[in-house]
Amino acid sequence: MTKKILVYAECRDGRLRRVAFEALAAARLLAGEDGEVHAVLAGAGPAEAEALAARGADVVHAADDPALAVYTPEVYAAALSAAFCSLKPQALLLGHTAAGRELAPRLAAAFGAGHIADVTAVQAAHDGGEAVFTRPLYAGKAYERRRFAPGVPWVVTIRPNNMPPASPSEKQGTVQALAFEVPPLYTSVRSIVRRTSGQIDLAEADIVVSGGRGVRSAAGFEPLQQLAEALGGAVGASRAACDAGYCDYALQIGQTGKTVTPQLYIACGISGAIQHLAGMSGSRTIVAINKDPDAPIFGVADYGIVGDLFEVVPLLTSEFRKQRPSSAG
Amino acid sequence: MKTAVLLKQTFDTEEKIVFSNGTIAEENAKFVINPYDEYALEEALRLKEIHGGEVIAVTYGPERAEEALRTALALGADEAVLIEQDGQPEDSSLIAALLAATLQPMSPDLVLAGLFAVDSGSGSVALQAAERLGLPHASSAVKIEVVPADDPRLHEKALHPEADELTGAPNASLVYSERYALIERDVEGDSQHVAVPLPVLITAQQGLNEPRYPSLPGIMKAKRKPLKRVSAESIAQAASVSLAAARTERTELLPPAPRAAGRKLSGSAAEQAHELAGLLAQAGVVKAEP
Ligand SMILES: Cc1cc2nc3c(=O)[nH]c(=O)nc-3n(C[C@H](O)[C@H](O)[C@H](O)COP(=O)(O)OP(=O)(O)OC[C@H]3O[C@@H](n4cnc5c(N)ncnc54)[C@H](O)[C@@H]3O)c2cc1C
Repeated sequence: MTKKILVYAECRDGRLRRVAFEALAAARLLAGEDGEVHAVLAGAGPAEAEALAARGADVVHAADDPALAVYTPEVYAAALSAAFCSLKPQALLLGHTAAGRELAPRLAAAFGAGHIADVTAVQAAHDGGEAVFTRPLYAGKAYERRRFAPGVPWVVTIRPNNMPPASPSEKQGTVQALAFEVPPLYTSVRSIVRRTSGQIDLAEADIVVSGGRGVRSAAGFEPLQQLAEALGGAVGASRAACDAGYCDYALQIGQTGKTVTPQLYIACGISGAIQHLAGMSGSRTIVAINKDPDAPIFGVADYGIVGDLFEVVPLLTSEFRKQRPSSAG
Repeated sequence: MKTAVLLKQTFDTEEKIVFSNGTIAEENAKFVINPYDEYALEEALRLKEIHGGEVIAVTYGPERAEEALRTALALGADEAVLIEQDGQPEDSSLIAALLAATLQPMSPDLVLAGLFAVDSGSGSVALQAAERLGLPHASSAVKIEVVPADDPRLHEKALHPEADELTGAPNASLVYSERYALIERDVEGDSQHVAVPLPVLITAQQGLNEPRYPSLPGIMKAKRKPLKRVSAESIAQAASVSLAAARTERTELLPPAPRAAGRKLSGSAAEQAHELAGLLAQAGVVKAEP
């Protein structure tokens, strides 16, 4: 029997998120070359459906209904359920995002499936063995490998930025409409306050420049913003910086903030408390800029600069602008 | 109003994780109520102060988890239930089934839980329990108010009136409940205001409140409050849940991949900045599209 894997292709502002392509690549890995990868697209246009079909989805199931215009877990779960029940796939893959984090457990319980959450690596086994999923425990102080019990469907949420996204594939998939019934809706959305619009999504950014209490004021974030712009990255913060009112809590990285796994993390004026490390220690390359040579952040940093961030950060910005003059300004 | 709070006892986040024989050593470790569950408990206590009623703390865990329940009672919970974990595997669907079976006969108006537990980090159990109980949910709450169905804020135009009409949300003719929860939730840094009819399950995010500390009189009183212990077997049997039905299992526990020793640069600030830029370019980490 061919293996079928279903992916929830999450969008933000009508555009596919990168994690949707990461999930697509993981789905291909699990399905194998002769398996089928299906994607559910909800409330997005034909261009997004085509993009999925061009990058490895064999069939894109596009759900369209006015009720999908504003995200509520009930309606989105109903669309995913409809696809799941008609396809009966081995697995449903979602991003470990705000939406994925709430849809996955509800669907897992509804389907009698197992749920393995916040997966950072997938090992597929096509020779009769089982797929194994790696995920962090204790905020990254340990890792575990988990697998599903035989015979149960799988629900897996994938941590953004940990697996390579699907690249364009030779064969173009097909797009078809997904019929589903809008269920009784309990959640009524009264308003949405956007604090992060227009910015690069922190959880998916390749480069993050973060500020801590050491930036000393809201204005102190300006040089960091410039460095981030020069690098095409996003700005993050420690909780102390948020608590002090230097920046919005939307930027907080750490155990109780966002988890980021960028290619490059530049920590400016951050001491490196364990709760902060929990959110960023999985970054590929870590740079720390701190006045205090004994700051714990140097314990996880690949490169450390002992110095005043107000001096070092602007120097770095001009270095990178020299390297990539096209992105200056 | 009857509120059930789902608690988990977890390692203190400051604890060092020590591996021994393929498991994590627990000797000498300090255990606390999962920080997110503390917010959930605090909110339950505050809502009780406003609306009256009772707060029941429920946990699934080993013997030592009784300590977390005693703390909950000392903080003001009225009752506590410990579902004794005795060799059952750690699988979110199994735990959710046991919790749902325990909550069902209580018919709570509100179920509060933490966004996730800082040890396993899945955030799966509470929402799976909501599904099993047939309850709607709101996740990652930073503000909660419980209001009657005639609260004018519920009858303002919602962001999505079509959906409201389709379904009988508060401003349509069909009213689900006499009471609604008005919730502000954190959505990856943005905030979303939603209304959901009671009974509802809500998960707590940091910022929801500032948890209180137990007081001496609270600790004294807690000694006389009911703390019920039930075995996972008896619940499973009563609710026809198979304890053998774990749907996932751990195959391996690993320490984090060691990071190669870092390097402190030297020289003047300008020299260091120059060297760093060169090193990062060489390593290929700074070539994202502008
Ligand atoms: C339950 C719980 C959850 C938490 N969750 C989080 C979380 O999610 N995220 C988080 O970040 N924290 C979290 N914390 C807080 C955490 O414990 C630390 O308090 C916090 O991370 C410290 O932030 P900081 O490094 O910016 O500030 P500090 O510890 O005050 O460090 C400031 C650093 O800046 C340096 N500095 C000052 N001036 C300069 C300068 N001009 N140039 C260079 N360096 C300078 C100093 O040497 C110092 O190292 C949590 C705590 C608890 C108890």
